[in-house]
Amino acid sequence: MIGLPHYLIVAAILLTIGVFGIFVNRKNIIVILMSIELILLAVNINLVAFSAYLHNVVGQIFAMFVLTVAAAEAAVGLAILVTFFRNRGDIAVDDASMMKG
Amino acid sequence: MALQAIAFYLLAFVTIAAGLLVVSAKNPVHSVLFLITAFFSAAGLFVLLGAEFLAMLLIVVYVGAVAVLFLFVVMMLDIDFEALRDGFAQYLPIGGLVGGVLTIEMIMVAVSVATNGAASKNATPLASPGGVSNTEAIGRVLYTDYIFFFQAAGLVLLVAMIGAIVLTLRHKPGVKRQDIGKQVARTPKTGMELVQIKPGEGISE
Repeated sequence: MIGLPHYLIVAAILLTIGVFGIFVNRKNIIVILMSIELILLAVNINLVAFSAYLHNVVGQIFAMFVLTVAAAEAAVGLAILVTFFRNRGDIAVDDASMMKG
Repeated sequence: MALQAIAFYLLAFVTIAAGLLVVSAKNPVHSVLFLITAFFSAAGLFVLLGAEFLAMLLIVVYVGAVAVLFLFVVMMLDIDFEALRDGFAQYLPIGGLVGGVLTIEMIMVAVSVATNGAASKNATPLASPGGVSNTEAIGRVLYTDYIFFFQAAGLVLLVAMIGAIVLTLRHKPGVKRQDIGKQVARTPKTGMELVQIKPGEGISE
């Protein structure tokens, strides 16, 4: 019998994979952005699983908003990446200090 | 029920395996393709839970838009991806340690919440309460109680669209563009010049 814990464990493992991906791919910002997408997907699985098992549809509404923000974040992140690549010629972000921040 | 369990374990395994391959693939194009696989199987998990609308939205938005955008950028930029993998082995132990600790903690919390929390009362998932379809259940709540949030989400997308365009737009020098104000303001005095030319001589600018 598949219950709520099964879905939560899948979401937990997927979120950890996302965090792990950010750790090991510190230079490659494209893979970092993909890891963030994985983390948000794990959050969505959590929200939908709780929504289904609480018999309350509001969790799915919130998952939709998370999806919206994830799409916006990917679009802006990739636009920044393209601009960065034009100015620098590569995308190694571990020593990005152009803004002297 | 057994069929449901088989489907769940298959989809969960594919999701997690594809997620692992996203972060460990050597070629980022393969990473994007594994990301698409992960999104597809996560959509399958949503269908198992009964949230069909979210599942279809996941496929349309993530696979149709976000993943294709990633693929486009990865293929368009000419990047030496081998050089970007320098620190992979160096950060693998600490990443694995943090990941392992995080997984164990979150699984413990998740299992205790799922077995003792408010959601433990319901043994079966019901993604569309009220005896209507899933899409109708979402629409009934989204367009009434959450209408302002819905419009704010639209605003977020608008701002993101404008931001992405502003960031990537560039004007190439040397391209002639129409300037209507300049054209309308043109008079005979500014537009031409009278030159006296001696007979037998040319004119140079």
